[in-house]
Amino acid sequence: MHAYESEFREPLINGLDKNYTKITDDIVGPTEKTYKGWWLLFIIFGSLAGLFVFCLGWTVYYGIGTWGLNKTVDWAWDITNFVWWIGIGHAGTLISAILLLFRQRFRTGINRAAEAMTIFAVICAGMFPVFHMGRVWMAFFIFPYPNTRGPLWVNFNSPLLWDVFAISTYFTVSLLFWYSGLMPDFATIRDRATGKTRKWIYNILSFGWTGTAKQWQRFESLSLVLAGLSTPLVLSVHTIVSFDFATSVIPGWHTTIFPPYFVAGAIFSGFAMVETLMLIVRKVFKLEDYITVNHIESMNKIIVLTGSIVGIAYITELFIAWYSGYLYEQFAFYNRVFGKYWWAYFCMMFCNVVSPQFYWFKPLRRNLWVTFILSIFVNIGMWFERFVIIVTSLADDFLPSSWSYFTPTWVDIGIFIGSIGLFMTLFLLFARFFPVIAIAEVKSIFRTGSETAKRERALKEGSQTGGFVGNTTFGILDKDDK
Amino acid sequence: MAKQSNNFILGLWDHEEVFLHAIEHLRHEGQEIHETLTPFPVHGLEQALGYRDTRLHTAGFLFGATGTTLALSVMSWVMTTNYPINFGGKPNWPLPSFIPITFELTVLFASVGMVLTYCVRNKLFPGYVPRIFDKRTTDDRFALVFDIDGKSDSDVEKIKQLCNSNGAVEVKKRTFDENE
Repeated sequence: MHAYESEFREPLINGLDKNYTKITDDIVGPTEKTYKGWWLLFIIFGSLAGLFVFCLGWTVYYGIGTWGLNKTVDWAWDITNFVWWIGIGHAGTLISAILLLFRQRFRTGINRAAEAMTIFAVICAGMFPVFHMGRVWMAFFIFPYPNTRGPLWVNFNSPLLWDVFAISTYFTVSLLFWYSGLMPDFATIRDRATGKTRKWIYNILSFGWTGTAKQWQRFESLSLVLAGLSTPLVLSVHTIVSFDFATSVIPGWHTTIFPPYFVAGAIFSGFAMVETLMLIVRKVFKLEDYITVNHIESMNKIIVLTGSIVGIAYITELFIAWYSGYLYEQFAFYNRVFGKYWWAYFCMMFCNVVSPQFYWFKPLRRNLWVTFILSIFVNIGMWFERFVIIVTSLADDFLPSSWSYFTPTWVDIGIFIGSIGLFMTLFLLFARFFPVIAIAEVKSIFRTGSETAKRERALKEGSQTGGFVGNTTFGILDKDDK
Repeated sequence: MAKQSNNFILGLWDHEEVFLHAIEHLRHEGQEIHETLTPFPVHGLEQALGYRDTRLHTAGFLFGATGTTLALSVMSWVMTTNYPINFGGKPNWPLPSFIPITFELTVLFASVGMVLTYCVRNKLFPGYVPRIFDKRTTDDRFALVFDIDGKSDSDVEKIKQLCNSNGAVEVKKRTFDENE
């Protein structure tokens, strides 16, 4: 009956007083309380989301000319923000899909919130290319449908069109994956609800879930197949985003290293964002027993891995530019490091390559303040990475007379800050009304951890039971098993 | 549709492994289990209940194959037949550049199709009001439901006694109104 478990395997949930009801209480509890600080944050970020809407409205009314773009630099903050947000969205699917396939059970503490971040980040990301089209009311032209213009079809050879398919598929599949996992947890909230309205709302959200054996059987099959589909999907999405650049002929963009380099960067920035927000959430909602320091350490290991991959990619790019013997390529990269945007390159190198190296040291990996500060560094660094790639490659092009410098206008800045506002507003709503940890999944890993590890921990904490036992019926099992 | 039964015996357990043993014993005794409710997916439950494997993944494969076929055939038709354009002398049927969209549509169709099938088969849709046997089955209780319509008192007693002797923490009768 028992699966083999290593003697050293520590339990994934801390606290000696835990049982199934306690797990439900701990996770559902925050949705049943009101937090004063929540309203303050909601008003602040809600106003920023308002700024987002205002600046986009301004853009639509007056046109793209209100942005800082010019004839030379015709992609700048908008596409930087797009790639940045898409990257942030990658951690959710990585955690829920790839770690599910690899049977990394620590994922259960963080997957729900990370998937939510994926969805909100993709919503933010999608706004940028759509509004960059200028005439947003014509945005449906990007879909291939029979029309009266010929019929003139979209260009199936274009990576920009592949992007349309990739992003919309990614959004849909992430949403389905996230929501199918939420249904059982909404049912848990419904069955605890005291008010009639609350019960009614959560019943609608739960789709009438009851948790029969057949439902769970199909649930597990669905999760596994969706995970299997999402894994190549998440890799394909950022690969295709990188094709937007890699298939062009601009020196600095035309690089075959882009797909793996972009994917690693996306995972890197995604995990950083998950850490930034989850460190706050676990503190405010008192979920330290579920999102433990071990979880943080595991994520930090992924950050140092992907950060180093990105670092190698930066250096490889420079080497290949020199090795190619191609003048324009060499100029593009020389210019990237020592040109007028040297400060952006330095910022990127410092935040993305240097700062994660602290994580080689275990005490720093397990230090929450270090993690929080470095996660913000990584977020900033990854924004600069996209800025460096996009703007420095364009600013000094083939013709010196057209060289230019990009300066953002207030609309550019407003849209960027506003998109953070939108993301945070959605995340705040999620944290307030949805279970931020997958309740059913956490319950299913509740008993993991070897008896030895549990006993050792219990001794350390001065308890005799070892925790997690506490069931009156446990005796029956012992009789049957031994 | 057959008339829905309204009278049930509900056995509740608080430990999933005891629960699995109980299912095996009860089925061995020839008791028919009407429904099994658990707060989370219990490993080995469907084997204990003798359920056959779900065919949901087969449905997923078929939906995915539909997506692949649709993507490839539409792109091929558009670029070779409906509106062939000369892109600098490049081929009109560039298979490699069809790969990304074909892949995305395969994933999209498989996922959407599977989730819809899942909802239909599991009777899940917004606003559906299910019969809730016990509210604690989404929290910390593992429940077995036995249909006792048309069963004699001695049969009912037998079920109760079997549940109790197999570690149930609570055994009770659950009756629904006609409209519930």
